[in-house]
Amino acid sequence: MTPDEAIHARFQVIWPGFTLELDLKLPGRGVTALFGHSGSGKTTLLRCLAGLERQSTGLLNFKGDIWQDSARGIYRPTHQRSLGYVFQEASLFPHLSVWKNLNYGRKRVHNKHKVSLDQAVALLGIGHLLDRMPGRLSGGERQRVAIARALATSPELLLMDEPLAALDLKRKNEILPYLERLHDELEIPVFYVSHAPDEIARLADHVVLLSEGRVVAAGGLRETLARLDLPTAFTEDAGVVVEAVVADHDETYHLTRLDFTGGSVVVARRPEALGRRLRFRVHARDVSLTLTRAEGTSIANLLPATVTEVADADTPAHALVQLDAGGTPLIARITRRSLVHLDITPNKPVWAQIKAVALLG
Amino acid sequence: MLSDVDFAAVWLTLKLATTTTVILLIAGTPIAWWLARTRSKWKGVIGAVVALPLVLPPTVLGFYLLIALGPHGLAGQLTQLLGWGVLPFTFAGLVVASVFYSMPFVVQPLQQAFEVIGTRPLEVAATLRASPWDAFFSVVLPLAKPGFITASILGFAHTVGEFGVVLMIGGNIPEKTQVVSVQIYNHVEALEYAEAHVLAGGMLLFSFLVLLALYSRKGTNAWK
Repeated sequence: MTPDEAIHARFQVIWPGFTLELDLKLPGRGVTALFGHSGSGKTTLLRCLAGLERQSTGLLNFKGDIWQDSARGIYRPTHQRSLGYVFQEASLFPHLSVWKNLNYGRKRVHNKHKVSLDQAVALLGIGHLLDRMPGRLSGGERQRVAIARALATSPELLLMDEPLAALDLKRKNEILPYLERLHDELEIPVFYVSHAPDEIARLADHVVLLSEGRVVAAGGLRETLARLDLPTAFTEDAGVVVEAVVADHDETYHLTRLDFTGGSVVVARRPEALGRRLRFRVHARDVSLTLTRAEGTSIANLLPATVTEVADADTPAHALVQLDAGGTPLIARITRRSLVHLDITPNKPVWAQIKAVALLG
Repeated sequence: MLSDVDFAAVWLTLKLATTTTVILLIAGTPIAWWLARTRSKWKGVIGAVVALPLVLPPTVLGFYLLIALGPHGLAGQLTQLLGWGVLPFTFAGLVVASVFYSMPFVVQPLQQAFEVIGTRPLEVAATLRASPWDAFFSVVLPLAKPGFITASILGFAHTVGEFGVVLMIGGNIPEKTQVVSVQIYNHVEALEYAEAHVLAGGMLLFSFLVLLALYSRKGTNAWK
């Protein structure tokens, strides 16, 4: 990653009772999830990137462009930054039709359009809504229009602040496929604020974990989620994300085999064609350990693995064990008693029994 | 029924109310915007000054304006310096007085409209490349339209209804400063009840229609 492709953000925001202080080098492409509890500073960081927090001091170097440098008195106002911002709640202009909303930003951009308006409309599937007023749209439709409106300006950076948080599960599932298409089809960096691990597991390539205005961890999605040294706040929902390929369908038992680096798992029959890429999530609480390959068990997914690390879990009764299953990291949440009885220590070979996998998308 | 003097009073009243409303919409918008947005410690002071005419007897306001605008007042010396002469007992003097007197009726609805809109639409507009001025005209003004309509109606109607301030600063000069409310007073003084009835009835009808229009307007989100 050359300096011209990366984003360097160093911010300090001090409010009564809250301080944001971070120094991040972020990749210039792919989806970066900003993850943390409410009050951790996710949204503030996003607003700093957008130039909506004028009190922030620091530096923002966007792929070689200085958007902010407080030491030199540089602060490029939001409307001069080439970015798109999708707010948490519906933010469409209520006095303008969907079409005029889409055009609002677009007609103010004078450089050449990389994303055509038709493309944005098609990508978000809103072609049938163009004449409507925002008041006549459902929550999910509004967010899709808001995303298309941001894209229609052909931004060099897309910022999304929990775009799904205000929606119920059904609407979420209606939008997620569109977000996945964004991920696959756009070449611009996307920063995606969320506190839903499943959303992140499904969409993100990189993760920044925030807590109380500071960066706890930052890195690739797989490596970061598999780390054990993160505060227990993040580990109560610990688990890993595995990228796999649909390898085989078993029509007799209605099963599908998914292959990944170092092994495979069998899940209920999937509709996807052979060769399709799929992500699935394995929660630490769904992984148990045996010292020998278990016989006579109903659990179908057994993987040989090596213990790499042991750490505290969210309760004193449990421990988290990080495993290496032939190159794919796994985390198991087991009781401390089992830890002692099985003598689980680093480098010990074990069998990981996976009780359930959560397929994403 | 109505004499030429009465018609002149009606015409003058409408001219005064229109002029005052236009000036107030232009001058009141930045004041209302500032009051809606600022976190300055002066917000309370300015807000209170703007609201003073709501509680002050019109004669008090008229008295101070008369002194300030008079030949020895600060404002009066300024207007003389600028070659405008002395404003009391002229139409211009009435306009100045009316602007102060009706200010809260324009500023407060606007301030409220701006507060309801909040900062989010401006932020959204900024992320869509609109400069602050651009965003004000393309987003805030349309969204605040109900507030502007209310402000215009109230400012106009309140100016039509003023009496004490006019009397203090403008006197009672036919065709120059004699407005309807003062003319009604003249008629009653002269025991010309029939003429007073026509003007008073007209004012009553006007005020009722204004308030009717105000209260029966559709909700503020007429575009939905």
